[in-house]
Amino acid sequence: MSLVLDNLKKSYREPGGGKIPVLNVARFELKTAEQVALIGSSGGGKTTLLNVIAGITTPDSGRVVIDNIDVTGLNEPSRDRFRAMKIGFVFQTFNLLPAFTALENVLLGMCFAGKGTDSHRATDLLTRVGLGHRLQHRPPQLSVGEQQRVAVARALANHPSLLLADEPTASVDVANQNTILDLIRDACKENNVSLLLVTHAPDVAARFGRIEKLSDFNRP
Amino acid sequence: MNLVTIALKSIKQRFLSSSLTALSVSLGVMLMVAVLVINGVVTDLFSQQSFGFNLVVGPKGSDLSLALSAIYRLERSGEPLPYLYYKELQQHPAVEKAVPITIGDLTEQGGFPIVGTNAEFFEMDYSYKKPFRVRGSFLKTPWDAVIGSRVAATNGWDIGSEFKLTHGGVKDHVHEEKFRVVGVLAPTGTPNDRTAFVSIAGFWGISEHEKPLQEAINRLEKFRYTVPQSLRDQAEKEKQPKKPDAHGHNHADHAELLDEQKEVTAVFLRTKGETGFAAIRLAGEINEDVRAMAINPVPVMNRLMSLIVDNIKLMLLVLTSLIIAVSAVSIFVSIYNSMADRRREIGIMRALGARRETVFTIILAESALLCLGGGAIGLLLGHGMVAVASPIIESRSGILINPLAFEPTELILFPVLLVVGSLIGFLPGLAAYRTDVAAALSE
Ligand SMILES: Nc1ncnc2c1ncn2[C@@H]1O[C@H](COP(=O)(O)OP(=O)(O)OP(=O)(O)O)[C@@H](O)[C@H]1O
Ligand SMILES: [Mg+2]
Repeated sequence: MSLVLDNLKKSYREPGGGKIPVLNVARFELKTAEQVALIGSSGGGKTTLLNVIAGITTPDSGRVVIDNIDVTGLNEPSRDRFRAMKIGFVFQTFNLLPAFTALENVLLGMCFAGKGTDSHRATDLLTRVGLGHRLQHRPPQLSVGEQQRVAVARALANHPSLLLADEPTASVDVANQNTILDLIRDACKENNVSLLLVTHAPDVAARFGRIEKLSDFNRP
Repeated sequence: MNLVTIALKSIKQRFLSSSLTALSVSLGVMLMVAVLVINGVVTDLFSQQSFGFNLVVGPKGSDLSLALSAIYRLERSGEPLPYLYYKELQQHPAVEKAVPITIGDLTEQGGFPIVGTNAEFFEMDYSYKKPFRVRGSFLKTPWDAVIGSRVAATNGWDIGSEFKLTHGGVKDHVHEEKFRVVGVLAPTGTPNDRTAFVSIAGFWGISEHEKPLQEAINRLEKFRYTVPQSLRDQAEKEKQPKKPDAHGHNHADHAELLDEQKEVTAVFLRTKGETGFAAIRLAGEINEDVRAMAINPVPVMNRLMSLIVDNIKLMLLVLTSLIIAVSAVSIFVSIYNSMADRRREIGIMRALGARRETVFTIILAESALLCLGGGAIGLLLGHGMVAVASPIIESRSGILINPLAFEPTELILFPVLLVVGSLIGFLPGLAAYRTDVAAALSE
């Protein structure tokens, strides 16, 4: 899975009516199975960038090309389907559904991808993030770090080709931070998944071969 | 996991508000079911399209009143007819069968209507091609009684039981004479079930049932029968003050009752021939005369149905529809209010790859499930309510209601609830459909 960002621009509308330019990326590339740590100052637009790549937010102009498919050019239902099938997303705020158990949260992603649910795989993924004993817990019954790990398991559930992770280790202790990081990186390596991981922690970034600072290629 | 289980989850998550909305639907449905069942029973009862007879002959007056008293035993009868008139009808060339009945008394226990008649009554089908079936035998001797299934069940009577009658429903006025049950009818689903039939001969034999002679003579004259001189003499004698010891009656006293003294409340007629023409002609003939009135009960009851019962039914249905509409609005409000909390949830589902149609469907499924679930509970509650109410209704009106009686209309309820549920879910569903994912996620 390769990712190319081409002349990507995104600005938000200010409450007053003016525009806040957030993204202006001339070019950014991610090769198949490549793993990149993305760092940058808070409010710099990292989350916005991930949202645009995932098709959750539409850019003002420019293209997002994944595996030679211009995702920005797809109509919405195709983009939703593409996201469900190809992109795994670990949100900064986890975004687990509180009514559903850890296991069901992982199954949900499978359900929306329309491939049918596989509880074996879901259980396996949760076991690998160390939550084999928390399958039937709902998010409010889980610690923040455990919720983070459910989010990781969910992002991996559909065999994505591109994994976007927004500070997946921000809320866990160092031991768990390394476990989760290893899990994500190993899973990506095994399956030739490209990984774009946002982090604020220098020691997390340091483990990546390629580290990108957003402000280096983003000039809003 | 599928969309329905996802919808069920959300319902479960908002358990209190979900169950309250489902409850309001079920209450509406409960009332509707109760109304439907009760109406179905009443409609069936009064719209019986066929009887074993095609004419009822009774005193001049309201045709409806005659049908209600002779067939449904829901009303007291008017002036009786002389027995001689019954005899005259029986001899009429167009008549195949004429069966006399007398009504007005009630069983002392349970207050069931008494019908005095003869064995021929049971030779007429109670409904189209449905003959009476009896355990035991039909009426033979003057003090025999045949009771309806409901009478047997309620009073705990069986063959061999004996009972007394109260006169014309006057509470303390109990006749001395006892009737003995010789047969118990199989259930018919008609007013016959709650009727106690006694031999008309015994009925006439009850001491207070013969008419004061002078009244009988007046009646006979009105009906243009010749009054035998012996009767006039007896009437004169009756007018003399009675001897103090002339009290205390026994059956033997009344064996001598003259035909001129006997009377009947109504006569059921079956005319000869298959077509209804004979009946129409005979009815015309009887009605031209000032003496009596003949009715075909079917159109009379149909008129009652369309006049009263249909209107009451319509009113109740409108009322219950309004109740359902109110509960529909409450479901709508509840789901719509929950949408604010759910924007984020919907945003997450969309971010996970759920399409707009998918989240729309989930909301729709949720409201449809609430409606259907509430409806199913309401259906059970409704029949439960009928079960609770049926003995009360029966004791007050004599109308039998089977709580399990399932109205076909109830089946329409489910598609209707499905449509209502979908309509209710539509606007919230649309809100879900329109949710901006990025905005919802950043909330
Ligand atoms: N929906 C929105 N409407 C208006 N402005 C927005 C919106 N979302 C984000 N912004 C603004 O865009 C800028 C980038 O936000 P973004 O969330 O991408 O930053 P970030 O790099 O992920 O920050 P952090 O490291 O704190 O998560 C911020 O200044 C933010 O205020
Ligand atoms: Mg961020």
